[in-house]
Amino acid sequence: MKLIAAMSGGVDSAVAAARAKEAGHDVIGVHLALSKNPKKYRSGARGCCTIEDSHDARRAADVIGIPFYIWDMSDEFHEGVVENFLAEYAAGNTPNPCLRCNEKIKFAAVLDRAQAMGFDGVVTGHYAQTRETENGKTLYRAIDPAKDQSYVLAVLNKDQLQGAHFPLGDTTKENVRKEAQERGLSVALKPDSHDICFVPSGDNAGWLRERLGSETGPIVDEEGNKLGEHKGAYTYTIGQRKGLGLTVPAKGGEPRYVLKIEPVSNTVVVGNRDALAIHEIYGAKPIWCGATPEATESAPYKGFVQVRAHGTPHSCSYFRKINDGVETLVAHVDEPIFGLAPGQAMVIYDGERVVGSATISGTR
Amino acid sequence: MSRVYLDNAATTPISEVALQAFIEQSRQLGNPSSLHTYGRRVRKDVEEAREKLAGLIGCHSSEIIFTGSGTEANNLAIKGAYWHRNQSGKQRNVIVISAFEHHAVLDPARWLEDFEGAEVVEVPVTREGFVNLSELRNVVLERHDEIALISIMHSNNEVGTVQPMDDISKIAQEFEIPLHTDAVQSLGKVPLSFKDLGLFAMTISAHKVGGPIGVGALILQKGIDITPILHGGGQERDIRSGTLNAAGIIAFVAATQSAMRDLESNAVKISTLRKKLVAAIQSEISDATLNGVLEGATLPGIANISFPNTESDALLLLFDAEGIACSTGSACSAGVQEASHVLMAMGMSEKEARSSLRFSLGTGNSDSDIEYLQTCIKRVIDRARAAFRG
Repeated sequence: MKLIAAMSGGVDSAVAAARAKEAGHDVIGVHLALSKNPKKYRSGARGCCTIEDSHDARRAADVIGIPFYIWDMSDEFHEGVVENFLAEYAAGNTPNPCLRCNEKIKFAAVLDRAQAMGFDGVVTGHYAQTRETENGKTLYRAIDPAKDQSYVLAVLNKDQLQGAHFPLGDTTKENVRKEAQERGLSVALKPDSHDICFVPSGDNAGWLRERLGSETGPIVDEEGNKLGEHKGAYTYTIGQRKGLGLTVPAKGGEPRYVLKIEPVSNTVVVGNRDALAIHEIYGAKPIWCGATPEATESAPYKGFVQVRAHGTPHSCSYFRKINDGVETLVAHVDEPIFGLAPGQAMVIYDGERVVGSATISGTR
Repeated sequence: MSRVYLDNAATTPISEVALQAFIEQSRQLGNPSSLHTYGRRVRKDVEEAREKLAGLIGCHSSEIIFTGSGTEANNLAIKGAYWHRNQSGKQRNVIVISAFEHHAVLDPARWLEDFEGAEVVEVPVTREGFVNLSELRNVVLERHDEIALISIMHSNNEVGTVQPMDDISKIAQEFEIPLHTDAVQSLGKVPLSFKDLGLFAMTISAHKVGGPIGVGALILQKGIDITPILHGGGQERDIRSGTLNAAGIIAFVAATQSAMRDLESNAVKISTLRKKLVAAIQSEISDATLNGVLEGATLPGIANISFPNTESDALLLLFDAEGIACSTGSACSAGVQEASHVLMAMGMSEKEARSSLRFSLGTGNSDSDIEYLQTCIKRVIDRARAAFRG
């Protein structure tokens, strides 16, 4: 096959590209430039998108022995990821930009461009597996649970999965680093990237405050009594306990948690942990990574739902609900989940298999 | 897979004479500035080469300042003249350049604007790729007392148009303004004589003419002083410091000599190939257009072509995959392609500029290269159009 290897300049994508080439594919390395001004994005070893990273990616491609180019994806990234991130926060949600980047950039803009140019697919260094099943290519968890990235890939539909290649899903991170060393890749010991690549300082709240303003507003209890003030509702996350700065103690002396963020009234609602308990999760615009499940409200399927990138899978019953042609994914968890932020993805697993995902639109 | 090199304006293959001269000279022990026998022997080789080069480009040997690159020579000319002309007395802070200079002229001028109080005036260029002479004349008429220098390229590196240097020179001379030209692309391709052009300074470089990378020269009129940018041993007229790169210089001159000797026959051969290339492309891609001019005041080897509804980075990748090397405009330090400022100065939109490629032919190309390109171009353009992001 003719494949484009998306090379970030990190160890994972370098080893993935090397493996794809070794498997006999015709591989071309591409580094995605995601910022118009690369110096503005994070520098050093803390993330992607720097001049140093494009250099590292180029050197890895040299060592592997594949052609290397840089693709300017900054417009697509800004529109599909950065602006979406801001809009979601402004609406009181907690978005996951890595997931959007996979959905809109790596396996959409890049994959489309690659296919138009005569390539068969895109190789990335994600930790996830795909298997050929009777329902076509299907997404599975990686064998390394600590690194498994199937959650941020669960936004890929069947067509996108068809063009996606994840050569690292059967290997632990530790062994990927070892292999990188054996292959003579200088990025073998480069630290993992963390956090959000387009927030240069790593200070998410500060970055949001700069762009969305820092209008103060009330922090209230469930009855609407004002307990304190906040500096921008979007810098809070549902389930958050620390950093509320409240001086009025709770009645029973129990710790208080963020229950709700109301962007229109710029209000943060807090309460005790029990008020966070969630039994049912609703997700909008589901994407099915394999066969569409036939589960209905009267005949739900058993499975697991995961609501955070490296969170616990919760045992649940799930089904599809269709009202006026609008599809909703519903998951009823066996044990309550505490603190769940709308805007994150709910990903349904059947054992190790990824069934599909949806953006959390509500809870009960 | 066939391999076709159509990027001779980026760098040329080193000529056999230059390579041999380089190897031989590299065996010679001695710093040309040393006073002993070893040093004197190498110095003799350098000075003979300098005299030979002077004869080839119409200047006096003492007017040649060897540098490490064309970029260094351009920086030296622009910053050196600017500082020298502003060191005392009347303020001359205006630098006049054309809007489509190479970055090695554009950026030092803009740097002086950012850090040294200069004002850069960019003279517009025509759609065909020539400096607008009446605009230049107007600027000079209005501001001649304030102008530190004029720098206008001899020929454009992206579209190949050869500038009307005689006319430009007349305008500069009328008001006694120093005129510099970046002649990097012209050396060995079109006739070039320093003294006939009436310049105060001219930049040339070895690796565009079959010489090695890492050596260039600023030809600086006798009696003219400029402020150095590299300070040290003062090896070159006290204007440029750094140990003389004897092997590079000797190879540079050997390459120039051979290019100048064969200039006319090469020009005929290469310009014929260029016309075939343009015709071959247009026969396959009916809406492809040439930027610059097909005939007349143009370098023999550069053909800049727009392919509507494509992006040059996709074109470059696809041509590269077919074994064909060509070039887009410049890229930033992280490697992101930028839309060509040259094409935009010529009046093209950013989108049009982004759909353009430069093919540059050299002595190593032949009819079979054009024939090969013709067999793949349709496939390349079709795919690039399918991948076009609008």
